[in-house]
Amino acid sequence: MSLQRFISEAVSPWMKDEGPDSDIVMSSRVRFARNLKNYVFPILSDREQNLEVIKEVRSEFNDVPDDHIGELELLEMEDLKPIEKRVLVEKHLISRNLIEQSKNGAVLLSENETVSIMVNEEDHFRIQCLVAGFELKKAFNLANSLDDWIESKVDYAFDERRGYLTSCPTNVGTGMRASVMLHLPALVLTQQLNHIIPAINQLGLVVRGSYGEGSEALGNIFQISNQITLGKTETDIIEDLQGVVMQVIEKERAARRALLDNSRIELEDRVYRSLGILENSRIIQSKEAAKCLSDVRLGIDLGLVKGLSKSILTELLILTQPGFLQQFAGASLTPTERDIKRATLIRERLELEYQLSKKSEGDEQ
Amino acid sequence: MTCQECGERPATLHFTKIINGEKTEIHICEKCAKEKGEAEPGTNHFSIHNLLSGLLNFETPIGDSPAQSFYKQQQTNCPKCGISYQQFTKIGRFGCSVCYKTFADKLDPILKKVHGGNTAHTGKVPTRAGAAIQIERKVQNLRSKMKEYIELEEFEKAAETRDIIRSLEQRTSWEGGE
Repeated sequence: MSLQRFISEAVSPWMKDEGPDSDIVMSSRVRFARNLKNYVFPILSDREQNLEVIKEVRSEFNDVPDDHIGELELLEMEDLKPIEKRVLVEKHLISRNLIEQSKNGAVLLSENETVSIMVNEEDHFRIQCLVAGFELKKAFNLANSLDDWIESKVDYAFDERRGYLTSCPTNVGTGMRASVMLHLPALVLTQQLNHIIPAINQLGLVVRGSYGEGSEALGNIFQISNQITLGKTETDIIEDLQGVVMQVIEKERAARRALLDNSRIELEDRVYRSLGILENSRIIQSKEAAKCLSDVRLGIDLGLVKGLSKSILTELLILTQPGFLQQFAGASLTPTERDIKRATLIRERLELEYQLSKKSEGDEQ
Repeated sequence: MTCQECGERPATLHFTKIINGEKTEIHICEKCAKEKGEAEPGTNHFSIHNLLSGLLNFETPIGDSPAQSFYKQQQTNCPKCGISYQQFTKIGRFGCSVCYKTFADKLDPILKKVHGGNTAHTGKVPTRAGAAIQIERKVQNLRSKMKEYIELEEFEKAAETRDIIRSLEQRTSWEGGE
């Protein structure tokens, strides 16, 4: 399978699934940080040592770890063009860190893009599983079985008292970070999120923007994840996170209902204005695009907007990131050129959607 | 003090950010804090490593205080990767798995701060590396049992337990020798 396939399809195959609570939860993710016992951690190792790790991966990791995910393909960062790497970041398949700071970084990707195993990032291995909707346990089980698969081939750095040893002491113990990506437009609109975030922080959980640490919450998309990795079992961490996310989902649903009941016309106005901007603009910045896409997605979820598929927010948010735009244009673009390209792309994508829905209506009649 | 954002309302929130040694102070009112968002607690934009090294630096003196030379004399380096504790506090990351042993005596307070008071792992144990650990845990249990038997003067049972411990320990030394 070629890299081209990964990139030409902006939407990872798993994103097309509609998981549980998909009106609010976009995806669930579990990642394990693991290190090799006999090597120094990647932040200190030299190229030679990192190459050895990659060599080991190349020769040992050839079998299929799990029937459901298919084969894993090894992509080395050195072999990729800058735009291709950026696209992988925008799809949440690799971290910025892997591109910017790692020596001889690589990633093992599964065909459906559910699994990505980063090699030589901050830790030797970062096993990540991404699934659609609110399905933390599914993501955890998959990551867990991949962890067993890798452990059958290499010696992990593990200490009886401290658990899995990681480069950063914030990951030590389970080495596990579980997170859920949520679309929370109603909680933002009603300014309730400002009160919810501190409460969540007190429970050992963190709320961030969609591209992780230090990123802004574009399009009202937030990521909630565990902060504590030591002293709790993996199951407890997952269950605690699940419990909190369930409450946030309930609050978001209640806020959406309240908006519909109390200010339906204002809400409709907002949604249709945003749809109008997306359908007609010729220059649009990523921030505005994200805001409008979030409004339209809310409109779809509340049944105000018909004829558009739910996945449009996820898809267009990724498609309109700088890396993807340039991939489409086949060249690097100035910020203004990007804003023009972005507007064109959104218009074309919506047009395609309307044609498809008209066609399916015709088929039904 | 008035809010530095709007210059109208009194500043009720005071933040001190220290990023890479650069100190910035922010004094704003609640309304502006909400509007700015980034000043809200929990939505700070700097990375965990910066935050962490902030925590770590707390334990070592900053600047040219006489105490610093004392710390320098005491400096231990990790025998495997060569990193010093001071380097660790700067980058917020360890260099290798042995660092956890080298800096063990300084680790508990750090882990407590980051992991809600926890210092010991209770989760998954890897199957292969774990086999030895399971036996080790068993031996420890048996040892304390043996002590109990001796205290109760049940020497026969104590001897039985000792034999079990011996056979278990032999097994691990074989596996270790492979």
